[in-house]
Amino acid sequence: MTRFKRYVPPILLISPSLILMGIFVYYLIFGSVQLSTTSIHTFPQFTGARPHENVGIGNYLDLLGSEDFRHSLKNLLLYTVLFIVGTMFFGFLWAWLLDRRSKAEGIFRSLYLFPMAVSSVAAGVVWRWLLNANQGQRASGLNRLFQTVGLGFLENGWTTSVDFGIAAIAMPAIWQMSGYVMALFLAGFRGIPNELREAARVDGAKEWQIYRHVLFPQLSPVALSALIILGHMSLKVFDLIVSVTDYRVYTTKAPAVDMANYMNGGDYATAAAIGIILLLVVLVLIVPYLIHTAREDRQ
Amino acid sequence: MRRTRILAALGAAALLVGTAACGTDDESTSGSDNTGDTTSATEVEVFTWWTAGSEALGLEQLQGVLTEKYPDVEFINGGITQGGGSGKDLLQTRLAAGQPPDTFQVHAGKEAQDYIDAGQVEDVTDLYEKFGLNGVFPQDLIDMLTQDGKIYTIPSNVHRANVLWAAIPVLEAAGLPTDNAYFASVDDFIAALEKIKTATPDIVPLSVGGTWCQVHLLETILIAELGAEGYNGLFDGSTDWNGANVTTALTKFAKLMSFTNIDRDSFDWEPPMQMLLDGKAAFNVMGDWVPALLDSNDLVAGTDYLYAPSPGTEGIYDFLADSFSRTVGAPHKAGAEAWLDVISSVEGQTAFNKVKGSIPARTDIDLSSFSEYQQSAADSFKSDAIVGSIQHGAAATIQQGNATNDAVSKFTTSSMDADALAALQAALAAAYAG
Repeated sequence: MTRFKRYVPPILLISPSLILMGIFVYYLIFGSVQLSTTSIHTFPQFTGARPHENVGIGNYLDLLGSEDFRHSLKNLLLYTVLFIVGTMFFGFLWAWLLDRRSKAEGIFRSLYLFPMAVSSVAAGVVWRWLLNANQGQRASGLNRLFQTVGLGFLENGWTTSVDFGIAAIAMPAIWQMSGYVMALFLAGFRGIPNELREAARVDGAKEWQIYRHVLFPQLSPVALSALIILGHMSLKVFDLIVSVTDYRVYTTKAPAVDMANYMNGGDYATAAAIGIILLLVVLVLIVPYLIHTAREDRQ
Repeated sequence: MRRTRILAALGAAALLVGTAACGTDDESTSGSDNTGDTTSATEVEVFTWWTAGSEALGLEQLQGVLTEKYPDVEFINGGITQGGGSGKDLLQTRLAAGQPPDTFQVHAGKEAQDYIDAGQVEDVTDLYEKFGLNGVFPQDLIDMLTQDGKIYTIPSNVHRANVLWAAIPVLEAAGLPTDNAYFASVDDFIAALEKIKTATPDIVPLSVGGTWCQVHLLETILIAELGAEGYNGLFDGSTDWNGANVTTALTKFAKLMSFTNIDRDSFDWEPPMQMLLDGKAAFNVMGDWVPALLDSNDLVAGTDYLYAPSPGTEGIYDFLADSFSRTVGAPHKAGAEAWLDVISSVEGQTAFNKVKGSIPARTDIDLSSFSEYQQSAADSFKSDAIVGSIQHGAAATIQQGNATNDAVSKFTTSSMDADALAALQAALAAAYAG
């Protein structure tokens, strides 16, 4: 009876969220996996007007065998690397500068955080103008700016390059998210007790030595969280791409965009397969982190 | 302590019951919607992507005609604010969920194929009889809408895709004739573009927009190179996509793309057309929804701009049409029927097309109050050979259209060399096989 009293109320309390999660997250993941193993490639097959069959991992093999999907994956990899390195670099740099207690800290903090408040689609439209591919006489946007300040040699076709077009999409993404990473690192810096710095100074440490040996090591949990957050965000990149270029522009295709395109044509099985592939990639990133934190908690 | 626990338990239970109740509540309302009233025509939910500009104004006109002819039918706009692509996604979601609108907009022709195969639209052949439509639409058009002797959609308006637009001031500056923009062949057109490039290097000879505009351009080249019959044969297997004449057409398409603006991929059709208005580009191939934009800039055909059939396509009408269906399981069948009557009636097609700038699909409408362009287009529609547009769903299914877009974008963002061209041709052949 006492056992009953101890367990039932908490279980009742968490059960609404458990049930909702069960249905809307895990059941739907299960549904996607199931869908991805069928041959539902058209609307009529989806509604049941035409037959479909089970193809096992056939859709996954088709996707990985397709040159176009590999192009999307390559784009995603390039984008993820650039986005993470870029945001971590600028976020850390700004946090480090602000940590030195500049007078206008409030202003700079808002200034750096502000791009995050802009929706990706609105930002995408502005960057679509800035990343205009015209050069020379007809140049506009950033290319025109380069000309005006005498950096004409930097002019380029931005998103029009097959190999590096996606890198141009990473620029607005870095611009948007660096402020967020800055906020994380700034909180990290402020969380370190002043006594540690003072103790280091008493021991005769130089300023950069304090950073190198006292402050930076304490920031590694923050850096790890930032990495995880940025990593899973970049894998889902979609809205920026379709607002800077468009759904079907080959140079900037990524798996999430392919997924939308397949859905548009009624190819739900392939779209589901892409969704599961993305989920697996995210898991590869997240699971080690979860294990790591679980271990730390136990300690 | 004990009391709080009981309270908490009760709270949790209440939450559960609450969510459960919501669930059943939703189901019961949607259920009754589905089985709904099929006899009384109290309302009609119409799903379109006509939400802005002249299209939205045209829809208002149709709504007016509906109120006049069927005062007891309430019009419900199920339209969405996104463009065609996302609109179709939302429509498919509603159809699959068993909550269909009473009638929805679909491009006439192959694009309706998926809906027909999925059993989502009803055979409306009987309505053609009832409304007396059989004699008033051109036979070519009816043939394209007919499948196994059944017709599933009723067209409201017709657009022409193969139109070349030219900016007279720019032609003048380059020393090209300014009285006629028709070129008898694609090669003649390429020669003119070459001339503009040499005479006025700062001008874009041929402006074009993103992927779909490029596909639109490509289809007009295919028509010019293959002729009406050869082009139509691409979709029933009688013309080989791997043939030499298709290769020639693709080669010329690649040549044309080399005269275009390189920032094309981030545009819809308006900004490239704006380049003509601003004197920054000479030519543009686009459907005849363009005059609305030109008129709003106070430009006059003949003095500011020229229009002509796209190079090498005189006597061929590359059509696309909007049409409406009656949805299987429509909650208000009589309402849907009233709507189909309105959009196919003389009053409806006159009011709608005058505002939208397209031409009526009916051939028995007095066009004297229509614009000069519309009158000339309607004449051509009556006399020309009619072929279906790839990009606008008349000749290609949704999936074929998507595959064409993907292949063309892959090609035009590449160096467009021989290998890329072969890959494009192979991808197109695969898309239309079987």
